[in-house]
Amino acid sequence: MSLLEIKNLTVSFDTAAGPFMAVQGIDLSIEPREVLAIVGESGSGKSVSMLAVMGLLPNTATVKADRMAFDGVDLLKLSPSERRKIVGKDISMIFQEPIASLNPCFTVGFQIEEVLRFHMGMDRAQRRARAIELMKLVGIADPEERLSSFPHQMSGGQCQRVMIAIAIACNPKLLIADEPTTALDVTIQKQILDLLVSLQAKYGMGLIMITHNMGVVAETADRVIVQYKGRKMEEADVLSLFESPKSNYTRALLSALPENAVGDRLPTVSDMMFEPAPSAAGAT
Amino acid sequence: MSTTVLEGKNIVRDYHIGGGLFTGPRTVHAVKGVSFKVDKGKTLAIVGESGCGKSTLARIITLIDPATSGELFIDGNKVDIAKGGLTKEMRRKVQIVFQNPYGSLNPRQKIGDVLGEPLLINTDKPASERRDLAMKMLKKVGLGHEHYNRYPHMFSGGQRQRIAIARALMLNPSLLVLDEPVSALDLSVQAQVLNLLADLQDEFQLTYVFISHDLSVVRYIADDVMVMYFGEAVEYGSRDEVFADPKHSYTRTLFAATPRADVASIKARLAKKKAA
Repeated sequence: MSLLEIKNLTVSFDTAAGPFMAVQGIDLSIEPREVLAIVGESGSGKSVSMLAVMGLLPNTATVKADRMAFDGVDLLKLSPSERRKIVGKDISMIFQEPIASLNPCFTVGFQIEEVLRFHMGMDRAQRRARAIELMKLVGIADPEERLSSFPHQMSGGQCQRVMIAIAIACNPKLLIADEPTTALDVTIQKQILDLLVSLQAKYGMGLIMITHNMGVVAETADRVIVQYKGRKMEEADVLSLFESPKSNYTRALLSALPENAVGDRLPTVSDMMFEPAPSAAGAT
Repeated sequence: MSTTVLEGKNIVRDYHIGGGLFTGPRTVHAVKGVSFKVDKGKTLAIVGESGCGKSTLARIITLIDPATSGELFIDGNKVDIAKGGLTKEMRRKVQIVFQNPYGSLNPRQKIGDVLGEPLLINTDKPASERRDLAMKMLKKVGLGHEHYNRYPHMFSGGQRQRIAIARALMLNPSLLVLDEPVSALDLSVQAQVLNLLADLQDEFQLTYVFISHDLSVVRYIADDVMVMYFGEAVEYGSRDEVFADPKHSYTRTLFAATPRADVASIKARLAKKKAA
């Protein structure tokens, strides 16, 4: 049975100019112990579809799906309070801006323990012990002392480690990482990716990587979904995606990588896409 | 015969941080003696992680911030803004494009005014001429006349970066400092902006100082590469030299950390995973 199964997911936002379709009929499934990457540029709906799974979209969003099941439970039928018991425990998420996604008013120790109190009902001593264990697991030195640090006292990479600690605190079955390394330096990016992949293997989690970086996909994923403007362009295992991309869009995306440049010019996506380029695109 | 547009000799920049009630004053050595030289029409890429001093160096080259010591030559003339100030002519020669196109444009200023402002401040051209030049520049960077009266929020990230580039080029600079110009952009838009930069370089014989942490972009655009680490230039040479044979251990770490998107390395990773 799939860990997460989504059929025909549509998300639209109410705007002054009428409904805006951010996600248009996406099918997605992930098996336990699998690493799935969702790739696309901004506006492709990759984050929105995962936020819909988490139930984190604002009121202006309308989520429709034929099926949205996590581990056999239909997420669409759950009441908000029942859903909150799953979200953060069995499904958890890491966001793009590590420093902005932690609460600046509380110590990181408090923020890790908060999840443990809410979902696991641990007492104070157990929480502290588990928080220290988690900090060690994500590779933060001096965990006992660091528990009482505030987010602003830590670097971006360390904050992202804390976010990961919070996300894996309750041994989730599915971890969703939304651009986990975009705000970080390459050397730190490598460390965080290695950490995520090793944790995924160690605990047998399903991992969904949302990214726009083809390098990150190549380094982590088993299977890849390519999205563009709210639609799925291609789904393939990672090797065949890079070896023989099927859709025009994937091919365009891969050839826009600077390392694949042929000659002096980079082919741009609009050069080979089906859509006419907007007047601004395509320098002369 | 190539002419040197930019030369820095042993540039140092220290920041003195005044002490608070409980802490003493201290000094941060942001740039510790960096030397470089860029010829006309060439691109020097400066690579390094956050906090290594690359943006401080960009501010020094752009004549925003004075160097604590060291000598900076632009077009062969020694420039020191700490003493003697800065002439309009000097200001014209060096321009900068910032990283975040969402933050670097005034949201209440129309694009036409964004482009006209450098001329208004630094030249005494009449309004009609400023307008003509702005229109021409819009065309050059791949935008249209209809964009002249629009506000920044009406543009996408890639278009805004084009506007920022257009603004930098309004004064016909000989040197353009690009501080991570494409790192906030999507891959496909990044390719368009890099192409635009290459075209403009050919057309105006521009010299670029390109600051980035993305090695694949650097490899594509640079002629020379300087790797900075904790305020020092640990590696400096032509692109092929640096990429073929990195000397410093930090450069090697940097190369090893860059994700690889070729089929061979994916195969290697999958094989390793299967074995584990």
